[in-house]
Amino acid sequence: MESIGVLLVAQVIPYLEQELEKRYKLFRVWEYPQLPIEHANSIRAVVGNASAGANAALIEALPKLEIVSSFSVGVDMIDLDTCKEKGIRVTNTPDVLTEEVADLSIGLMLALLRRICQCDRYVRAGNWKKGDFKLTTKFSGKTVGIIGLGRIGEAVAKRAEGFNCPICYYSRTEKRDSKYKYYPNVVELASNCDILVVACPLTKETHHIINREVINALGPKGYLINIGRGKHVDEAELVSALQDGRLGGAGLDVFENEPVVPEELFGLENVVLLPHVGSGTIETRHAMADLVLGNLEAHFLGKPLLTPLV
Amino acid sequence: MLYWDMPYAIHNSVQNETDQVCFSHSHPSTPLSLGNSFIYFILWKCFKENPHGLWMSATGIKQCAEVANQKIINSTTLLELNHQAMTDKHKHNDDKKLQPILVFGPPLVFPTFEAQNLQNYHFLKAYSSQLPLHQFLAKQNVDPSSIQVILCNPHQKLSVDVIPLLPSLSLIVTTSAGTDHIDLTECSHRNIQVVSIAGEHAEDIADMTVGLLIDVIWKISATNRHVRKWGPSIPLNFSFGYKLEGKRVGIVGLGKIGVEVGKRLEAFGCKIMYNGRSQKPLVTYPFYSNVLELASNSDILVISCSLNEQTRHMVNREVMLALGKEGIIVNVGRGALIDEKELVRCLMEGKIGGAGLDVYENEPNIPKELIQLDNVVLSPHAASLTSNRLNSVCERVTERLEAFFSSKLPNILVLDD
Repeated sequence: MESIGVLLVAQVIPYLEQELEKRYKLFRVWEYPQLPIEHANSIRAVVGNASAGANAALIEALPKLEIVSSFSVGVDMIDLDTCKEKGIRVTNTPDVLTEEVADLSIGLMLALLRRICQCDRYVRAGNWKKGDFKLTTKFSGKTVGIIGLGRIGEAVAKRAEGFNCPICYYSRTEKRDSKYKYYPNVVELASNCDILVVACPLTKETHHIINREVINALGPKGYLINIGRGKHVDEAELVSALQDGRLGGAGLDVFENEPVVPEELFGLENVVLLPHVGSGTIETRHAMADLVLGNLEAHFLGKPLLTPLV
Repeated sequence: MLYWDMPYAIHNSVQNETDQVCFSHSHPSTPLSLGNSFIYFILWKCFKENPHGLWMSATGIKQCAEVANQKIINSTTLLELNHQAMTDKHKHNDDKKLQPILVFGPPLVFPTFEAQNLQNYHFLKAYSSQLPLHQFLAKQNVDPSSIQVILCNPHQKLSVDVIPLLPSLSLIVTTSAGTDHIDLTECSHRNIQVVSIAGEHAEDIADMTVGLLIDVIWKISATNRHVRKWGPSIPLNFSFGYKLEGKRVGIVGLGKIGVEVGKRLEAFGCKIMYNGRSQKPLVTYPFYSNVLELASNSDILVISCSLNEQTRHMVNREVMLALGKEGIIVNVGRGALIDEKELVRCLMEGKIGGAGLDVYENEPNIPKELIQLDNVVLSPHAASLTSNRLNSVCERVTERLEAFFSSKLPNILVLDD
C-alpha cells in the first residue's frame, strides 16, 4: 500500500493526515507549487474537503487518478461530470453529521425567535436591573419550510414537529410518501412558511436559490436559517433585506466567502452568526475521517465503497 | 338600567314599559348593594305582568322579595346584567365607587390591563411606593377594609404586613405559575383565594429550555458575541458542540412544563428520565425517587419544578458532582432550587460542563462570576415572555376579576344553561 500516491488538497484533522501518511505515500498540495510528473503519475487518490476538491484541471493533471474521497458531505468543489466521464469514483461523508446539523438548525431558530443571544447580552451588561427584557416571538407552532428533504432536511423536520410546527418543503421532485406539504417552487414555499431552512446540496441549480424574490416572499415576519452553503444565498440581497427590515431575521452558519462575514450584519439584533460550526464536533470529524480511510481502503482492495457518490 | 332605589325604580320602569331595570347611584349615603338589587330585579320581573300589584305595602314587597330570593333565575341573564351594570359605570366616573384593586409587582400585563379598565377599577399601585402599605393607603385616602382584591406577580414579594392589614381581602390574582411570593398558609387561614393566571406558558418555557440547552452545547451566544468582535474574518474549524441524540436528560418536576420539554427532546433522540414528588402512572419515562440518583444517571439536568420548603437548594454540590464535568444544568423553575453559590463554584472549578439559567436566587442580580464564563447562557427570567402569552393572560385576568366582582350575590341559586 505504501506505493499508492495520495494527494491531500486541503487541511484536515491531524488524525486523518497521520493515518494517510501511515498507509499511503502522501503528497500535500501546499508543499508542491509545481507537482513533479513522476509524483503526478503515482497519485491514484485525492483527499479534499468542503472548500477544496478536484476540478477538471487537477483531474487532467493526474492520469492515474482513480478515486476522490472528500472529507465533507458537500462535494461542490469536485467536478463530478469529469469524474463520471473518466470513471473516477467519488466518496463523501454523509450521515455522520446529520443529527448535529439538525440540532444546530433548531438551536438557531430558537436563538433567533426568542432572542436568546440578546437575553444573554442583556444580563451580562447589567441591564436587567433597569427593567425586564422585552417580549419575543413564540417558536412552537410556527410553520417551518425546508428546502431539500434529504437526510438533514428530514432530521430538521422531525425535531420541529416536537414543537408542533407544521412542516412544508420544496425539493427537485415531490416525495410521494412524505406526510409534509410540498410546494413546487421556493417562492411559494417562502410565502407559506414562517421559518425557511436551506438544507439541500449546492449545485449549479441551487446556487443563490435564496434570492431577492424568495427573501421578499418570506417577508418581515419571516426567518431564514442557512445550514447549507454560503453560496445558496445571495448574500448582498440578504444583507440589504435585513437592513431594510424586509426580512424578519436570519440564522447563518455559513457565508458566501468564508471566512469573511459581512460587517453590516454585526450591528443587527435579528441575526445570529456562527463560523461554520455545523460539522465542527470532534466526534463527527473523527467519524468523517474514518469514512475517508474506509472508502480508500475498500477501493484499493477491490471491495464495494462505503459511501460512493459516483 | 337598574335603579338603586328600588321602589322608584319599579315605578319608573313600569312607566317606561322597558324590559330592563336601570342602575344608577341614587343617594351616596344609602346605596343598595348589587346583591340586593338583583333580588329586587326578580321582584320586578314577577310583577311585570301585573303593574297594579306594585302598589303594595312595604311588608308586601318584603314578602315578595323573600319569595323571589328562592326563585331560580337564568344564569345568562345574571351575567348579562353583571356586564350591563359594569359598563354602566362608565357613565358614573366617580372614583370612590370604583372597586379598588391593590397592585404589587407589577405584572407585565398591567399596563395593558390598566388601560383597558380605567373606568372599572381604582388601581392602587403599591409597587410604585416605598412606603409601608398602611401609610401608602392612608396617603391615597383609601380605607384598607375596602380592598378585596390584590393583583400581583413574583417581582414583588407580598410582605408579612399586607394580609393582616386588609380584613376584606378575599382574592389574590398572580400572573405567574409560581406562588412563592405569597404566604399561602396565611391565605388559607383567612380563606383568601389565590388564583394563578400564567396563561398557557408551558410551551414557551419548554421552547426556551431547549434553546438554552442547545446554546450551551454549541456556545451559540458566546460565539455570536465573539464573531462580532473578530470580524470580518472569522476563525473556522471550531470543534465544540455535539449531538443530543442518545444523551440522557433528567427532568426534575414532570409537570406541564416538564412534559413539554420531554416531548421536544425526545424528537432529538434523547433518553428522558424524571424525578418528582411521586411517580406518574401513565408516564413511560424511567422514574428516580431522588434527585441525586437522577443526576448520577443523566448527562443533562432540567429543573422545572416548583419552589417550596422541600425543594429549596435541592440541586446542591453533591447533585452537581454526580452530574459530572460533562453535565449541563438548565434551570427554568426558580433560582433557589439550586444552591447558587455552589453552582458558581462548580462552574468555576470545572466540576460541571455548563449551565443555561433563566432564574436566579436574587433576581435581577446575578453572581458576577458568571459574566466571565462562556459555558453558561444567562437569560433574564424571560422564558415565558412572548407576545402571544401576554394577550391571553390579559383576557383571563379581566374575566376573572369581572366574575369576582359580579358574583357577590347572597342566597341566589344559579342554574347553568
